[in-house]
Amino acid sequence: MLADVASIEELDERVASIVGKRSAFAAVQKSFGSLEPDERRTMGARLQEARRSVEDAVERRRIELRAMERAAMLEADRLDLGDVVVETRAWAVTPGHAGLVGSTQAELEDVFVAMGFTVAEGPEVESDWYNFEALNIPPAHPARGMWDTFYVDLGDPETVVLRTHTSPTQVHLMEAAVSAGSLPIHSVAPGRCYRRDTPDARHLAAFHQIEGLVVDREITFADLAGTIETFTRAYFGPDIESRLRPAFFPFTEPSAEFEITCTICRGAGCRTCSNTGWIELGGCGMIDPAVFEAVGIDPDQWSGFAFGFGIDRCAQMRHELSDMRALVDNDVRFLGQFA
Amino acid sequence: MKTPLSWLRDFVDLPESVEQIRAALDDLGLVVEGIDYVGEGLEDVVVARVDEIHPIDGADRIRRIVVDAGNGPLEIVCGAWNFEVGEHVPLAPVGAVLPGGFAIARRSMRGVVSNGMLCSARELRLSEEHEGLMVLDGMIEPRPGERLMEALGIEADVVFDLSIEGNRPDAWSIAGVARDLAARFGRPVREPALATPRSDSSSDAVAAGVIEAPDLCGRLTVSVLRNVRVGSSPAWVSNRLERAGMRPISNVVDASNLVMLELGQPTHPYDAHRVAGRTLRVRRARAGETLVTLDGVTRSLANPGRGLGDTGEDCVITDGDDQVLGLAGIMGGATSEISDTTTEVLLEAAYFDPMTIARSSKRHGLRSEASHRFERGVDPELALRAVARFVAVLAESVPELEWMGAPIDVRGVVPTPSTVTVRRDDVERALGTALPTAAVVANLGALGFVVAESDDGALVVTAPSSRPDIRTGAAGRADVIEEIARVWGYSRLARHTPTWPQPGGMTQRQRLRRQVRAIVVDAGTFEAWTPTLGSESSFQLTHETSTPVRITNPLAQEESVLRPTMITGLVAAWGRNVERGFPDVRLSEIGVVFTHPDDTDQARLTRGGAGGSVNLRLPSENERVTVVLGHRTDDATSAVVLWSQVANRLGLADVVVRTTDGPGPGLHPTRSATLVDRWSGAIVGTVGEVDPQLVEAVTGHQGRRLGLLDFDLDVLADTDAVRRRSTLAVVPSRYPSAVIDLAFVTPQSVHAADLGHDLASSSPLVESVVLFDVYHGAALAPGTRSLAFTVRLGATDRTLSDTEVASAREALIAVGAGHGAVLR
Repeated sequence: MLADVASIEELDERVASIVGKRSAFAAVQKSFGSLEPDERRTMGARLQEARRSVEDAVERRRIELRAMERAAMLEADRLDLGDVVVETRAWAVTPGHAGLVGSTQAELEDVFVAMGFTVAEGPEVESDWYNFEALNIPPAHPARGMWDTFYVDLGDPETVVLRTHTSPTQVHLMEAAVSAGSLPIHSVAPGRCYRRDTPDARHLAAFHQIEGLVVDREITFADLAGTIETFTRAYFGPDIESRLRPAFFPFTEPSAEFEITCTICRGAGCRTCSNTGWIELGGCGMIDPAVFEAVGIDPDQWSGFAFGFGIDRCAQMRHELSDMRALVDNDVRFLGQFA
Repeated sequence: MKTPLSWLRDFVDLPESVEQIRAALDDLGLVVEGIDYVGEGLEDVVVARVDEIHPIDGADRIRRIVVDAGNGPLEIVCGAWNFEVGEHVPLAPVGAVLPGGFAIARRSMRGVVSNGMLCSARELRLSEEHEGLMVLDGMIEPRPGERLMEALGIEADVVFDLSIEGNRPDAWSIAGVARDLAARFGRPVREPALATPRSDSSSDAVAAGVIEAPDLCGRLTVSVLRNVRVGSSPAWVSNRLERAGMRPISNVVDASNLVMLELGQPTHPYDAHRVAGRTLRVRRARAGETLVTLDGVTRSLANPGRGLGDTGEDCVITDGDDQVLGLAGIMGGATSEISDTTTEVLLEAAYFDPMTIARSSKRHGLRSEASHRFERGVDPELALRAVARFVAVLAESVPELEWMGAPIDVRGVVPTPSTVTVRRDDVERALGTALPTAAVVANLGALGFVVAESDDGALVVTAPSSRPDIRTGAAGRADVIEEIARVWGYSRLARHTPTWPQPGGMTQRQRLRRQVRAIVVDAGTFEAWTPTLGSESSFQLTHETSTPVRITNPLAQEESVLRPTMITGLVAAWGRNVERGFPDVRLSEIGVVFTHPDDTDQARLTRGGAGGSVNLRLPSENERVTVVLGHRTDDATSAVVLWSQVANRLGLADVVVRTTDGPGPGLHPTRSATLVDRWSGAIVGTVGEVDPQLVEAVTGHQGRRLGLLDFDLDVLADTDAVRRRSTLAVVPSRYPSAVIDLAFVTPQSVHAADLGHDLASSSPLVESVVLFDVYHGAALAPGTRSLAFTVRLGATDRTLSDTEVASAREALIAVGAGHGAVLR
C-alpha cells in the first residue's frame, strides 16, 4: 500500500488522504452517528483497530524512508579522504591552549623527574585488592569511610571500583618490582581518581592526584620530610615552606598530613588558611609494614615512603581558582586563559 | 569532635594561651578544624526592661522603644514586635561588638536616634531563634542592668572542633585528648569523681548478664541502679553536653552521654522493669528476627549484605525471654527505653568486636555516637570505670541513687594489648633522628604505655588497653615509633633530601603523549576535560550494540556509564560553546575510554577478591587522542590535514589515510577514513567528520560539519605497530634536482597513498613524491580519477643526465601501470 511512496513529504500527503479529515476513515466514522450505541461501540473499536494498522504501516515506511534519505544524503556527501591534497591546504592557525590540569601535571612531573623520580601510571578501574586491601584497608573496615567509592557493576558486588586515589599504583609498582627483581623504586604516579561526592566549588567527583613512592635501603622519615620540602620549594617557590603533622592513613605508619605556607597570604594569615598561615596539601608517611607484606617485600631489608596530593588542588591554589567546576565546563573563555 | 577547653582543664593543667593549645593539638595530630569562643561578643550585652513603645511617624515596620538598663530611660529603634511593656530583653549598647564582629553604633532612623540594639537569640549566637527579640521573662528572674552572661549563667569558654583520626579511638573523648596534651606538656592527668558500688548488696541476686557469642562481645557488665528518679540534669551537665554538641534529654540519658563524651565508653540504660528476668544476653541475631530501633525503623536482622565478605552477622542484646532488645553497640529498641516513670535501671557497659559493629552499622545504614566508638575500638577495661563515673554524675541529681554491689561482669574474647620490642637503633632507622631514650620512655609512659628494658637494651613496650591500633611485630614497631614521633613533635625531626644513583625520567610513551599534546594544541585546539561518566542514552548514541560498563551507585543517571569514546563529550562541549556565542571552537582531549570485558579480547586481567586471590576480568582502558574541529570552515579534509601534521611531526614512516566502509562509531559513514600503518597493518585511528546524526542528537545543530581526528595512543606508542622514519640523517644533494610532474588516470579503487608510496620506491633516484592535484571529470572513464604527482629526482654525487631522468620517468610510469594507472 505504501511501498510506492518515495519521500517523507509524499508519505505525509498519503496519510492525510487515508486517515485525515476528508478520508474514507473520517467518512465511515461520521456515518456511525446513525448507529445504535452498542453497535457504535463495536464498529468504533473495529475502526480504531484498522486505523492503528494503517498508522503502524505508515510508521514503518517512515523509518524506511528516513534511512533511505540518510543513505542518499550520505552518498551525495561522499568524500574519499585518501585523495585529499594536503600540500595545497593552508592550515589557519589561531593559538590553542593546553588544559590547566594537564599543564599542572606536566610541571609537577618535571619537578619530580629532576629530583630523580621516574613517572608511572595505573588503571582507573581497580579491584578491591589494589584500591583497598593490599593497602591495609580490609573489607568493611571503618577506614573505608575515608573514601566515598563508586563501584563498577562487574563481578561480585563491591569488588570493582573506580580508583579513589592513585595509591593502588604503589601496589602495582611494588608487585612489578618484586617479580622483576628490580627494587629500588623511586616513582611518581599521576592520574585521575573518583570519589562519590556531589560536585561543588571545591570538589569534583573526578579529580587528579599525584602519588610518590620511594622504596630503597635505609629510607627514613627524614628523607620523606626532606623530599616534601625540596618539592615544595621547587614547585611553589623558595619562600614557601612545608610542615608535617601526625595523621592516619592505613597504608603508611608513621603517617603525616603535609601543609605548606599559605600561597595566598604567604603565611601572614587569611581567610583561605583560616588564619593559620598554613594550608593542607596532601598526605604522606612511611610505607606500612602490612603493605610490604601484601606485596612480598621484606621490611627488614627495605623501607620507604609514599606521598600523595591533588594536582587540581595545586592548580586551584596557584591560580586562586574559586570554582573547580570551571575545570570541566570546557568554556573557551576559561581554557584560553592558560598557556 | 567538639571539645570544650574548660572540660579539658578538669583533667590537666594547660597553658593560658588558646593559640598555644591549638598549636599543640595540631602538632599531636588532633587537628583543630575550628574554634568557637563561647560568650565572645556578649560581654557588653545587658538586660533591659521595656518601659514604653511608640510608633514612628511614616514608619510601619519599626517603633521607638524606651528601655531601662539600670541607668534611666534610653531610646532604641526596633523592628521586632514580639514583646510588651514590662518585659525584659537583651540590649547591646552603643560600643558593644556582637558575636561575629558586628559593632553597635548610634544611628538615626526616621529622625529618631537609636542608642543601641535590642537583640534576638540568633544575633547573640545563643540559639537559632530569630523570630523577634529574646524575651527573658520566664527563663530567668531578670534584673535591668545585669550583664546578660551572668543573668543566663553563661561562662566564657573555648570549644575546639577536633578532627580525630580513625586509628585513635582513645582520643574520641575528653580524657583521651587530655592525655595527649598532658604527655606533650609533661603534666599529670587528673581523675574525675567516681562512685563506688555498695558493698552490702550483690547484683547477681537480682539480675544476670550472659555472653553467648564471646567472639562478638568481649565484655558485658550489667549494673543495677535503684531509687532512680528521672528528671532534668544539673546545669553543668546540660551545659557541657550542649557545648559538645549534644541535646540534654533527661538526667539518666545525659549522664550516659556525658560519660561517653568524657571517657569514650558508650553505656546503655534499660528500664529494669521492662527487661524480662532482668537479664541481658548477647548473641548472634537469627535469620528472620526483626527489631524496631529507637528511631522507629523496623530492622530485619541477619541478612547478608552487599559488602565483600559480609555474611549478615548482627550482634544483638536479648532479655531473659530471648526477646531482642537492641542492636548491640549501635542502637537500642523502643521496648526497654527509659521513661519518666523509670525507677530502676540496668546499665549495660560492654565491649563489642569492632568489625562486627562496623559491618552491621554499614549494612543497616545506622550510625550512632555509640557505634562510631565501638567500631573503632573502645577500651575493654573501661566499662566499670565508666559506670562509676555515670553513677557519680547521676547522683548529683538523685542523691538517694543506689548502685548495687558486685556489678555483673562477664568476659568473652578481648584483644590482648600488643607488646612490641623496639631496638635502640629502630627509632633512628625509622625517623632519621636519634632521640634520647629517656625522653622516649617518658613520652610513651605518659601515653599509658608500659616500657621495660630487655637484657640487650631493647625497649619492650606494652600498649595500654585503650590503644587497639597498636599492632604486633614490624607493624607494631611502626605504630609505637609513630607515637614516639608524635609526642616528640614531627617538626623537631631531622630533614634530609635523599639521592640515589638511578636516573629519573619519563618513558617513551609519556614523552610521546606530551609531544602529541603539544602538536594538537599548536594546531589551534583547546584542551578539554570531558566527563568520564556519561548517561546510558549517550552510550547508546554511538555504541548501540556494545555492553556498557555501569556504575552500581552513580550520583545521577547522567553519570552512570563509563565513556566508550570521547567524541560525544567533545561534541557536547563544542555545542555549549556555540550556545555561548563561540561558534568556531576546536577541542582536543587525551584520555581513557573503556570497553566492557565481554566486548573485547583485551580485557584487563588483574588480582581481586578477598586477599587478592581471584583473577578478575576488568574493562580494557584505551588511551586515545580525540580532536573535534568545529571551526565554521572545518570539515573532513581539515582533519586529514591535521593528521598529516601530527604524522609528520611524530616522524611516522608510513601511516596512510585509507577510506573504508563503516569506519567506526560516531563517524560520518561516507566522509571518514581509517589511519593504517601500511607496514604492520595496525589501525592507528580514524579521521574524517563526526556523524551528522550524532551532532544533531547531542547539540541540536544541523548542517554543521565537525572535523574529527581520533587516534589510539596505545597503538601509536607501540613501535612494533607503528614504524618511525629512519633516524639516520640524509644530507640533501649539492646538485640540482630534476622535477617532473606525472598525472595518472587511476581506478578509484587504487589508494593515492599506495601509488605515491610505490612511486617513491621505484628508483633510488627519487627524492620525494607529492600528490598535488586530484581531478574528477567527464573526460575521464567512469570509476577513475586523475592523480597528479610532483616527483623530485636527484643523486648525491652528480647532476642527473637527461637519459637518467628519462629512464627514471619510464620506471615511474611502469609502477603506475602496475596499479592500472595510465599516464594522462
